[in-house]
Amino acid sequence: MKVIWLIPLLPGIGAAVTGLVGIRFFSKAQTALVACGSMTLAAFLSIYAFIQLLALPSEARVYDVVVASWIPAMPLETAGGMGAFAVDWAFRLDPLSGMMILVVSGIGLLIHVYSTSYMHGESAAGYARFFCYLNLFCFFMLTLVLGANLLVMFVGWEGVGLCSYLLIGFWYHKQSATDAGKKAFLVNRIGDWGFVLGIFLVFFTFGTIDFHEVMVSAAAMPIEATEFGVISLICLLLFVGATGKSAQIPLHIWLPDAMEGPTPVSALIHAATMVTAGVYMVCRNAVLFTHAPMVMTIVAIIGALTALMAASIGLLQTDIKRVLAYSTVSQLGYMFMATGVGAFGAAAFHLMTHAFFKALLFLGSGSVIHAMDDEQDMRRMGGLKMYMPVTFVTMLVGTLAIAGIPPFAGFFSKDEILFQTFLHNRALWVVAVVTAGMTAFYMFRLMAMTFYGEYRGPAWEDAADHGGAERPGIDTENEVDRSRGHGAWHGPHESPPPVTGPLMVLAVGAIVAGFVGIPAALGGGNAIEHFLEPSFTAGVGPAVGEASEVVAIESAAIHSNSHATELGLMVLSILVALGGVALAHRLYLKRPELAEAWRARWTGVHRLLLNKYYVDELYHGTVVRGTMSGGRGLWRFDGRVVDGAVNGSSWLTIVASWCSGLFDRYVVDGAVNLVGWSASESSFSLRRIQTGLIQNYALIMLFGVFVFVSMYLLIS
Amino acid sequence: MSNTAEFPLLSLILFTPLVGAIVLLFVRRQSTDMIRWIANVVAGIGFFVSLPLWFWYEPRGTQWQFIERLPWIPSIGADYFLGVDGFSALLVLLTTMMGSIAILSSWTAITERVKEYYVFLLLLQTGMIGAFVALDSLLFFLFWEVMLVPMYFLIGIWGSDRRLYSAIKFFLFTLVGSVVMLLGILAIYFEHQAVTGVYSFDITRFHELSLPVDLQWWVFLALFLGFAVKVPMFPFHTWLPDAHTDAPTAGSVILAAVLLKMGTYGFIRFSLPILPEATVEFVPMIISLSIIGIIYGALVALAQRDWKRLVAYSSVSHMGLVMLGMFALTPVGITGSLIQQFNHGISTGALFLIVGIVYERRHTREISEYGGLSKVMPVYAVIFLIMTLSSIGLPTLNGFIGEILILQGVFVVNKMWAAVAASGIVLGAAYMLWLYQRTMFGNVDNPKNESLPDLNMREVATFVPLLVLAVWIGLYPAPFLRRLESSVTHVMSRVNSVYAPRNVEVGVSGLLMRGQ
Repeated sequence: MKVIWLIPLLPGIGAAVTGLVGIRFFSKAQTALVACGSMTLAAFLSIYAFIQLLALPSEARVYDVVVASWIPAMPLETAGGMGAFAVDWAFRLDPLSGMMILVVSGIGLLIHVYSTSYMHGESAAGYARFFCYLNLFCFFMLTLVLGANLLVMFVGWEGVGLCSYLLIGFWYHKQSATDAGKKAFLVNRIGDWGFVLGIFLVFFTFGTIDFHEVMVSAAAMPIEATEFGVISLICLLLFVGATGKSAQIPLHIWLPDAMEGPTPVSALIHAATMVTAGVYMVCRNAVLFTHAPMVMTIVAIIGALTALMAASIGLLQTDIKRVLAYSTVSQLGYMFMATGVGAFGAAAFHLMTHAFFKALLFLGSGSVIHAMDDEQDMRRMGGLKMYMPVTFVTMLVGTLAIAGIPPFAGFFSKDEILFQTFLHNRALWVVAVVTAGMTAFYMFRLMAMTFYGEYRGPAWEDAADHGGAERPGIDTENEVDRSRGHGAWHGPHESPPPVTGPLMVLAVGAIVAGFVGIPAALGGGNAIEHFLEPSFTAGVGPAVGEASEVVAIESAAIHSNSHATELGLMVLSILVALGGVALAHRLYLKRPELAEAWRARWTGVHRLLLNKYYVDELYHGTVVRGTMSGGRGLWRFDGRVVDGAVNGSSWLTIVASWCSGLFDRYVVDGAVNLVGWSASESSFSLRRIQTGLIQNYALIMLFGVFVFVSMYLLIS
Repeated sequence: MSNTAEFPLLSLILFTPLVGAIVLLFVRRQSTDMIRWIANVVAGIGFFVSLPLWFWYEPRGTQWQFIERLPWIPSIGADYFLGVDGFSALLVLLTTMMGSIAILSSWTAITERVKEYYVFLLLLQTGMIGAFVALDSLLFFLFWEVMLVPMYFLIGIWGSDRRLYSAIKFFLFTLVGSVVMLLGILAIYFEHQAVTGVYSFDITRFHELSLPVDLQWWVFLALFLGFAVKVPMFPFHTWLPDAHTDAPTAGSVILAAVLLKMGTYGFIRFSLPILPEATVEFVPMIISLSIIGIIYGALVALAQRDWKRLVAYSSVSHMGLVMLGMFALTPVGITGSLIQQFNHGISTGALFLIVGIVYERRHTREISEYGGLSKVMPVYAVIFLIMTLSSIGLPTLNGFIGEILILQGVFVVNKMWAAVAASGIVLGAAYMLWLYQRTMFGNVDNPKNESLPDLNMREVATFVPLLVLAVWIGLYPAPFLRRLESSVTHVMSRVNSVYAPRNVEVGVSGLLMRGQ
């Protein structure tokens, strides 16, 4: 497989063609053909590459390809003496990236197909622009997962951030959309600050930024169990990057706003792939993280807190996409919690199943939104089950999957995480179980408000206020003002095949994707985790660290001894999920007034959740306003003090030259004039003695001689 | 000195614009189109004749190439001595390219005193090329001063608003700096005579001197003033926003792309290799000023309401990064600093062209006057976006290569410096994306913007080379970095002779932050 670099390049070519030629000249069909065609090729190539990978013996499953030198070698000192800073355009296919390219290219292709229908309302140029961005995203995402060193990964990392920015702000005439895009980019940049410093520190510590070489070197170093050493710092910095990209506390605020983008974008970028890049990055550096237990604890706690916080916000959201957005944040928190307790395989497994069911849910919500003529508020939906059966059934599958009901995909991956967390830390496990219950609740609340009950759609539009008041959780502030199309709309309807097709494929995925990871306790082989295992260790070769071996042995021992515990936990989590479902059923279908009563009793909590814990307001009041007023203050400083000094010195020069001008005029010139004046004045007075009469002159002469002689006589 | 050129390539590059300027003097002032054609053709030829610098330059060859040497003022030892290394060859190429772009961009923007305008632009071109190719410090100083006059008139005559204030400010700032700089050069000159007994302004000879440390200290300060004004470093930067804002578009482009590089070029050519001990001594001061410049420039840019002034302050921030990389005194940092100078020329030059295009159409630079332009000017919006991304250092574009090399080079010396400087990059994204949002996104609220024409072919042509270079350097910078290698090695060998003991310390201290 020397051509794995083609996998990202194909959608890259697609982006170049649609961008450079398509926007001007392509019809929508041509654009769709180029975009979907390039993705199809990339998907087939990914499958082919994956099969090739599987054919290798499990310890040797890796393909390394160096396409070209990117930054040629330069001497640079490292902690261990003089090293060389060099970066190649290097790609690596191993089990972890193999799984990821399947997810990215597969789900990417489905979402491309879906978008051909979903974005049909755009002009041909807008359509081409959309697919250009979408293809470009796949290019960068595949680069991210296939990159063999931190800097190539960073290229993809920043690139997907750019595409996210462009796609969130795709409808650029909307202020809210461009605001959201900018916010996403900037919050990510804050994370990238940590990521970049992490890369620098990796180079400084290991003299290389190649993942494999770093792993091998790190494996040979001691585990920093008691002191916060270099590896801990590296991991912390990298994790800062991950919190940005994967929307974890404290940088989670951008993801819900990102829902301003078109729904296929939310599905692909803000649910299935890009936001999981942080989890992927942590898994990629698993050896580093296992050497930094303190940071692992931080990761686990942040993950658990994020999961809980986002799920609790999701309980009350009324915008269908926002519910899903918070759900994504929450599920990402789950994945980080898993990595934090060392269950990298479980995290990657959940990443994969989540990609299926969350993409499914988002695409389903897009289908609903289209059917409802761009309505996103669930309070104006209801009873859609009968109008759009395919969307309903597929979304139900997705909901069951995310809620953790067996045998759907989410059950297996989530349970693996819960089990691993239970072994590691009971408190985190409790948080995770509570979150699981909330997840089941808000997802079935979503289903209930959307598909069950009475239809509350635009036919009742005029009486929206009255109709809405009956529902719990109404908050007019929260309503999104949106421009609706004024075309003929004949009520909710099922979406066309390009939309339902991907939904059905994803639904199948959401059912079967979990089967690759059936745990041993249920008689499965947990195939996926064994498959991924080599990516989380330093791999074959003599330099395998004892540390990771110890961890592996330990976890194996735990696995074999605790099947009973595992089964018990499974039953418990199923019960919790069912409890959540039952509560949603009771509150939103059977006794809506109960919800109203609860809301009245817990107004404070209600408001806190509705306002998302006021984090946005907090940041806006401190960071954003601080920076802006700092900028303005410095600008005044620049004008008054720095430039003031310049202008002041020029003013001083002017004053000084004016003074010297005065001096010149009055003193120097004055002296000159004085001489002239006194000469002329004295000559004027002396003129009187110039009478011209000889007698006078003779008299004066005589007088002078007399004086002269008398003085002479006196002195001598 | 064996690599003397058989063909006086550098003289040809140097005097092509001057000859063009002289030819223009004989053209009737009323035939403006003829003047424009001649100026453009001359600039094009100027670029064309400089291309051999790319193809014939031997990255693995001797340090100075294309050498030409004739006696100039033998009595004081001043020679007409030209030559380039990889870095100055790139800067010459940048100059000839940006010069032709600037001249092409002025076609419709300048309607008054057309003849004088192009004469000054071409004169400026010769001055800038001369400063980059001169290996004789008196000759360097001559060209340094030659640049000043045309730029002064360009701002003062064809500028906008407070053009006279800005022009005089620019002139005085630079002049004060350069007078002190001349004192510094003369000090080296006399010291050289005292040591070797030969009167010479030869820079390559200066590079072999080892001056007494206390003299170095004073000379460094003198040169620092001259160069820091040009860069410009905080707090000598306030001429820049004014000059940029009031200069005509072509003037701003040249100013940002080339003139600012004079300062950094001076540090690389004079301060670092001639005064290594003083350089090391001044590292803390210069690093501090650079880091202040990065953050300060970015924050002030955030507060701007004037599009052009915003870009000008972004220059202050970016040039701070360039200085930071240089004074990290590591090969990677210096390489990053050199390539970033080239990158800054491309992306900031392009950003000034971009402002100029809407300024020509609307005659205002107020950001609030714009909005929703991507609807009426889609091609323009795409180019602006790419250049914005290049400016904020997005990977696969040129700015990233420079930033990552600089920061990595700084990081191994001091982690705090790198951490603080890297935060400037977050701010960089903030002000640029906000600018982009305010001007390009949203609805076209201002009726005056509704019928703005998109770029014509001439305007697109000014951007094409910049876009190509931005992507090329972003994806495959190796040809550029290879050309810089000998320059970096040379500077490092001079600096290392006094800096080496510190490098060992870095190895031992490991993770500890190494403050100064």
